[in-house]
Amino acid sequence: MSRILLFIAAYGMWVLLNWVPDVQHLAAGIFVAALVALLTGDLFLERPHLLRNPIRYWYFFFYYLPVFLWECLKANIDVAYRVLHPQRPIHPGIVKIHTDLKSDAAITFLANSITLTPGTMSVDVDKANQTLYIHWIDVKAKDMESATQHIAGKFEYILKEIFE
Amino acid sequence: MINVFDIIGAVLITGGLIFDLLGCIGLVRLPDVYNRLQAATKCVTLGTCGILLGVIFVVGLNATGVRALLCIVFVILTAPVSAHVIARGAHRSGIKLWEGSVVDQYAEDREGEV
Repeated sequence: MSRILLFIAAYGMWVLLNWVPDVQHLAAGIFVAALVALLTGDLFLERPHLLRNPIRYWYFFFYYLPVFLWECLKANIDVAYRVLHPQRPIHPGIVKIHTDLKSDAAITFLANSITLTPGTMSVDVDKANQTLYIHWIDVKAKDMESATQHIAGKFEYILKEIFE
Repeated sequence: MINVFDIIGAVLITGGLIFDLLGCIGLVRLPDVYNRLQAATKCVTLGTCGILLGVIFVVGLNATGVRALLCIVFVILTAPVSAHVIARGAHRSGIKLWEGSVVDQYAEDREGEV
């Protein structure tokens, strides 16, 4: 199941890369996608049955993406402010946050989202203890609960709906 | 004849260039590797995506535009990961945080391991 989905995804990517498609490219793509699917298919998805639930797509496109893009824009304005301000207003530090997410995909998305949101960047993930180490350019809270609220609060419950 | 898509594309490319420039200024002005990574990752990701989106608006969804779209997806997916790996590698190889830093719970937790 995971291999078939990877084949479809790889083939779609190949067609997009060779836009506009013609017969030669489409035929060569079958071999390339099959090779990729054969070699790495078992790594692609852990639980392919989750993809069948349309609510997850709905959450991803209409809930996660707008929040993410808005935060991304805010992050850039925030960095611009800190960089251009003559006094350079930063209080950096590395804090620890806790996450309830368990699957690899969810943690990856959470860490990536944190990196692209205002003032924070993931430094390390400790999956066994369910903690993330976050470099925060303007530390507002040092204890774990309120730091988690500040940093991951916006994304965690959305990602839980999508991936768990 | 003025094309609306050309104007939108030009605005997006200009915005992207401004954010890229701010990211580079951040690289020079901020004190240590972690803060610099913050500026570099955020600004360069959005700036590059802005430029690519502007390219899509200017050229339309033909061979070039579709590749630009794929580039946006891959830049958004990979830039944070590379930043995370660089930061982790820097910390593990013993690079200190800037002296004005408030707290470093990562170092506190890793004292036992080393």
